[in-house]
Amino acid sequence: MAMHNRPLSPHLQVYRMQWTMIYSILNRATGVALSVGALFLTCWLVALGAGFDQFQTVQDFITSYIGRIMLLGWTWSLIYHLCAGIRHIIWDAGAMLELKAAQISGHLVMIASIVITAVIWFCAYYGGSYYGGA
Amino acid sequence: MGAHDMNVTTPLKKIRGLGSAKYGTHHWWVQRLTSVTLIPLTLWFVFSILSFGATDYNQAIIWASEPHNSVLLLMLVIITFHHSQLGLQVVIEDYIHCEIIKICSLIGIKFLNFALAVTGCFAILKIAFGG
Repeated sequence: MAMHNRPLSPHLQVYRMQWTMIYSILNRATGVALSVGALFLTCWLVALGAGFDQFQTVQDFITSYIGRIMLLGWTWSLIYHLCAGIRHIIWDAGAMLELKAAQISGHLVMIASIVITAVIWFCAYYGGSYYGGA
Repeated sequence: MGAHDMNVTTPLKKIRGLGSAKYGTHHWWVQRLTSVTLIPLTLWFVFSILSFGATDYNQAIIWASEPHNSVLLLMLVIITFHHSQLGLQVVIEDYIHCEIIKICSLIGIKFLNFALAVTGCFAILKIAFGG
């Protein structure tokens, strides 16, 4: 059998950019970002268990500009990955697999992730609890 | 018999449908199971963080040491790191082609995720039992 004549899996370089492709890449990228975010979740829990001073150190980092940018990135990644995950589960059920439907659901996931992230951050700032109402 | 008709698989192998990796759809299935579980757990965590003063040490301790919150936190941490490990495994398998680096990365990712999950669980229990 001529093994070298077998079809190869498609490469990113030879593909024209498409919405479904961008959303698929983003799902992976947010997943990897969230793995780093999970590391931070562990840090937060360990600091909380360790005591007031350690917790305050982590809080100082979160409330710094870099910390807030990272937290915003993780919030969006979390919501995007969650919504895209629901989209995958719908696909696994065999529904909405046509190209047009896949494009629309992709746009919906993107819009939903931005709106929900904005709502979460609005609540965090103006909900009166997150930054002590400040 | 031409090359195309050559079939060396046994009927037993066909009905088992486990493929060359011998695990069949196990990896895919566990990834779905963990993702479905993470939907409510993640939403619960985000709502909780927003509703109590997450920046206040005392508030956070009170919240995290409530038994039902401790249990949900444990589930969140365990399932998050399991899901993360499964996802990172696929990313490594897809993009790292050097065999030795690939295997080392796969082992490293599994060890690291397990260590982080255990560390997180220990911290949750410490808070829960007032250590």
